[in-house]
This record gives sequence, C-alpha cells and structure tokens, in this order.
Amino acid sequence: MISAFILKSLDRNISVCIAVLAAVAFIVPALNLLVSTESIFHIPTYAVSLFGKYLTYALLALALDLVWGFCGILSLGHAAFFALGGYAMGMYLVRQIGSRGVYGNPLLPDFMVFLNWKEMPWYWYGFDHFWFAALMILAIPGLLAFVFGWLAFRSRVTGVYLSIITQAMTYALLLAFFRNEMGFGGNNGLTDFKDLLGFNIQSQGMRASLFAASAIALAIALLISSAIVRSKFGKVLVGLRDAESRTRFLGYRPENYKLVTFTISAMMAGIAGALYVPQVGIINPGEFAPANSIEVVIWTAVGGRGTLIGPIIGATLVNFGKSIFTAQFPEIWLFALGALFVATTLFLPKGIVGSFRQMSRSRTTRKRADTPEHLQVDKVGDKGANLPAESLAAE
Amino acid sequence: MSEIKPKSLLYLDNVSVSFDGFKALNALSFVIAPGELRAIIGPNGAGKTTMMDVITGKTRPDEGAVFFEDNIDLTTRDEADIARLGIGRKFQKPTVFESHTVWDNIELALNRKRGTFATLFYNLSKGDSARIEEILETVRLTARKDELAANLSHGQKQWLEIGMLLAQEPKLLLVDEPVAGMTDAETADTAILLREIAKTRAVVVVEHDMGFIRDLGVRVTCLAEGSVLAEGSLEFVSNDPRVIENYLGR
Repeated sequence: MISAFILKSLDRNISVCIAVLAAVAFIVPALNLLVSTESIFHIPTYAVSLFGKYLTYALLALALDLVWGFCGILSLGHAAFFALGGYAMGMYLVRQIGSRGVYGNPLLPDFMVFLNWKEMPWYWYGFDHFWFAALMILAIPGLLAFVFGWLAFRSRVTGVYLSIITQAMTYALLLAFFRNEMGFGGNNGLTDFKDLLGFNIQSQGMRASLFAASAIALAIALLISSAIVRSKFGKVLVGLRDAESRTRFLGYRPENYKLVTFTISAMMAGIAGALYVPQVGIINPGEFAPANSIEVVIWTAVGGRGTLIGPIIGATLVNFGKSIFTAQFPEIWLFALGALFVATTLFLPKGIVGSFRQMSRSRTTRKRADTPEHLQVDKVGDKGANLPAESLAAE
Repeated sequence: MSEIKPKSLLYLDNVSVSFDGFKALNALSFVIAPGELRAIIGPNGAGKTTMMDVITGKTRPDEGAVFFEDNIDLTTRDEADIARLGIGRKFQKPTVFESHTVWDNIELALNRKRGTFATLFYNLSKGDSARIEEILETVRLTARKDELAANLSHGQKQWLEIGMLLAQEPKLLLVDEPVAGMTDAETADTAILLREIAKTRAVVVVEHDMGFIRDLGVRVTCLAEGSVLAEGSLEFVSNDPRVIENYLGR
C-alpha cells in the first residue's frame, strides 16, 4: 500500500528534482571534504553551511506550498512551526554543553544560572536524549498545528481571517519566547552549542553532514508531498481550494482534510527548523517575527505556488539574492524584496515554475488541437448533442 | 410519530426558517415518494433554494421536521453526512472543480469512502474506471475527459455536474435550475437526461422554465412565500387561481 502510494508520486519533474537533491547531498560534501582547498572544485565550508541553510528554507517553503498551494490556506505563521522545531533542537544542543558553559554548571544551562534558577523546569526534561528531541521536533509543531487547525477549520474560518489569526499566533509566540521566565533563554535564545550526537558542531565533517541531512530531508519531504498531492486525497484538497462547499455536498469533510495537511506541513516546517539551528548556531525569538513568515510566502510565490518544486527554487534563489544584497548593499535589500514580490504578482502570477508549465502546456494543447482525430471526435459529440434537440424542436 | 408519516423518501413537516425576521420558509410541508420525479416552481423569494439548503444541511430549520427514508432526521446532520446518506445536489451556477480534468471531477464524485485515510491510499480499480467511462458516455463528455473542467462551455459544465451527481449514486437528487443559461437544444437534451436519471432514483427539480417542465411532464409543486400553494399536474397547478395571481400572472 505504502509503496504504491510512493510510486504514484513520481512524475518526471519530481523524479528529476529528487535525483538532483540526492546527488547534491553527496557531491557537495565530497567536494568540500575530499578535494584539496587549492583545487577549483573545492567548496569552502562557509558555502556548504550557507547552502545548507537555504535547503532548510526550501523545506519550509515546500511545507507552506502544501497548505497554501493545495489547500488554499495562506498561512502567515509558518515560521512559528519552523522556530518551534528549531527550539526543540536548540534545547537538545544546550543540554549537550554540559559543564562546558561559562558558569560551568553541570546541570543547568548558562541562562538559568544567570537567572538564579535552582532547578531545571519540567519541560526541559528528556531533551538530553536525541531521540526525545527528535520526537519533539515533530510533535510540538504538529500538536500546535493540530489544535490551532482543529479550532479554526471546524469554525470554518477561511481566507484573510485565517491568515490574520496565523499571524497573531506567531506574534503571540514571539512575545512569549521573549520573556525570561518562559525558560527558553529570553531575548538571547539558545546558543553556544558544542556537540551534536557527540561530534563537534563546528567541525567541517559535521557541517558537511548537516548539509547532506538537509538535502536528504528535503528530497524525502518532496517525495511525500508529491505522493499526497497526486493521490485522491490531493485531488480533494485542490477541490476544496477551488469550491469548498461543493466538496461538502459530495460527502467530504474539508475541515478534516485541511487539518491533516496543516499538521503534516507544520511537522515538515519543524524538521526544517531543527536542521537550520545547528547550521546557524543560534535560535532566538526573532525567528517567530511575523515578517519571517511573510518572507516564506514571497519565496513560494516567486518559485510558483502549487508546484512543489517552485518553492524550493524560489527559496534558494531569493535567499541567495538576499545573501549577496545584504553583503553588498544592505540598505536596499528590503526594497529589492518588495519589488520582487510586486513584479512576481504582476508579471509572473504563477511564479517561475508555474509559468514554465503553462507555456509547455499551451504548446501541447495546440499540438493536440491540430490532430484530425481530436476534431473528428468533437464533431461527433456535437452532432450527438444536437440530434434530439432538432427532433424536439420540430415537434 | 412514525404512524402519521406515510412511506416516504423525503418528508418535510411544518418547516420554518427565518433570516433576520424574514420568513424564508413558512410551515412548509411536502413528501417525496421513492423514485418520484417532482418539479418545484415559484416566484423569486418563494423559498426554493432555502428549502434545498434545509434538506442538504446547509441551513438548520428554526422549527419543523425533516426526515429521509422515514426515520433519518436530517436536521441533526451536516452536509457531508447528508451527502453520504444519498442526497445529491446540483447548484444553480454550475460548480465543478475547474482545475481538475473532467475525469478527475467524476472520480472525486464517485460514491466511495470519503475519509482522509481512504482517499490517501485510494487506487483506481478497473470497476471504478469502467464506471467513470460509463458516466462520461451518459453525459457525452468522453471526448473531453482529459481536459480541464475550466475549458468546458457553460452547458457542458452543467452536464459534467449532472455526471458528478450520477457518480454519487444518490437516492434523491436535488437539481436547482438545471437549464438556466442553456441553449434550447441543450435544454431539451437535459429534460431527456433527467427523465432517464429519474428512472432509478427520486429527483426534485427547481425550475423557472415552464417549457422545460412541460417536457419533463411531471407532478408540480408551486411554492410562494415559503409554503406550498398548489400541487398536482402542470395543467392543474397552472389553472389554480392563486398560482396565476402569485406567479404566472406576473
């Protein structure tokens, strides 16, 4: 059942994209680790980390595309799930510091010692185990999305109202995580990480492994997303995006479909966040900022909403542009981003990938229209439709 | 309560609905027998669409009883539940899934398990595929099965929607103005199609087009101001003085 489900997901574009990601997952680390630094084929470690970060952004954009492109839910709070996954990973990494912190406390992280806390809050228990942290990376964003979605979709909140409450959700989390007494490091967040699974997090090997892990996670997420949207489930999603009440009268419950998709998407965003944090070395409440979620929408729109591959391309391109811009002309980056969004909306409403597909589709339909067989069938159909009408009109 | 109800497929008793004080339905009662084809006429605002909303669970009645197959209380169920019980609905404006192909539209409508898990792992069986082909043949869209529904003409969209309703295999089909915006040829075709469909299930048609109702040649119920004004053959109803005053005379 599962294999049939996965096999169905593989159309040509998706297969190519997954193959490219798999190749990148091996080739880039190899070029970084095995090729000598003098060679022109060598990829410097900072670049590996930078592109590893883009891959996690791409995963976040893919997660958004699943709900926005296929369910019509414009989530303006997807960065919240990303940040929650990041915090879960951050908590594990903080527990790995042990007594190597500034205060040398073997039990408590630095910020808790600083706040004069005597013992660890209950919700930090278990995060010294990687398996537990990994479980939470999926469970916390998933649970939040489930509860939020259950309340919102059951009350049939849609459209702009839904977007606004997702934005409010991420803003509320931003304010909560800023507070020291929440126990997540307040304003400074969690940082100074040392080890991940016993290996030095700064080491070249770890950087390359994190890159490979990000690429593989993205490939798997793409495979699963594609399987979802190409199944009958996915057809129902597109149906409810376009005509929600029609799906109800066909006997489907749109709220259940949205809830399942929203929860899966939030878990993907959580994984993205968890892979992001060790590569940038810090997680702080700034990741919950409403502007972050809106940026994800822009990446997705630029790449092509509802195409799965588009958001991956969009996230990579826009962030590559951002890295260059913010280094060369930091003051105009936001203007450039705004202009990009306006230009996409005006000239490429379907995004980069969507526009390509449209062009190739119109070419194939034109080709099909030229075949005589097609015309013939159509004519017969027309005649069939007119025959009884003529006889009735004669009566 | 069951003694007073006759053997019925759909049974509405004393149903009232009001929106902000306006009585859309006012103590409406009528019965549809299994397999019956019924036309409902009435002036604008007579409550025809509201009646369909009540039956399909979109609107809850303020008072009154709505029963399906004698003892299933429809007022306690939601739209999806009612659709699964076997009540199909066709809207006034054709609503098909425009970004899906004609084939996928029918596949989605097919009367199969509608849960999230069932659809996620659904595989198109030979039987299902043959059934879809058959429906496409009936609504004459076989030649266009791979095209997006958005590219169909208005009349073809109406037919596709009828095909979707067939795929749903309802016991009761509610059809709201099926020939609105159709050419005369398409209208006559639709009458034939509906009569064909009504052979195997009950159909309720709401329509303004008197010629179309004459083509159908069925029992007619005339609604006005939210309740039944007259019921009987088209000749009988159109000779009723109250119907003439309220509807035809205008």
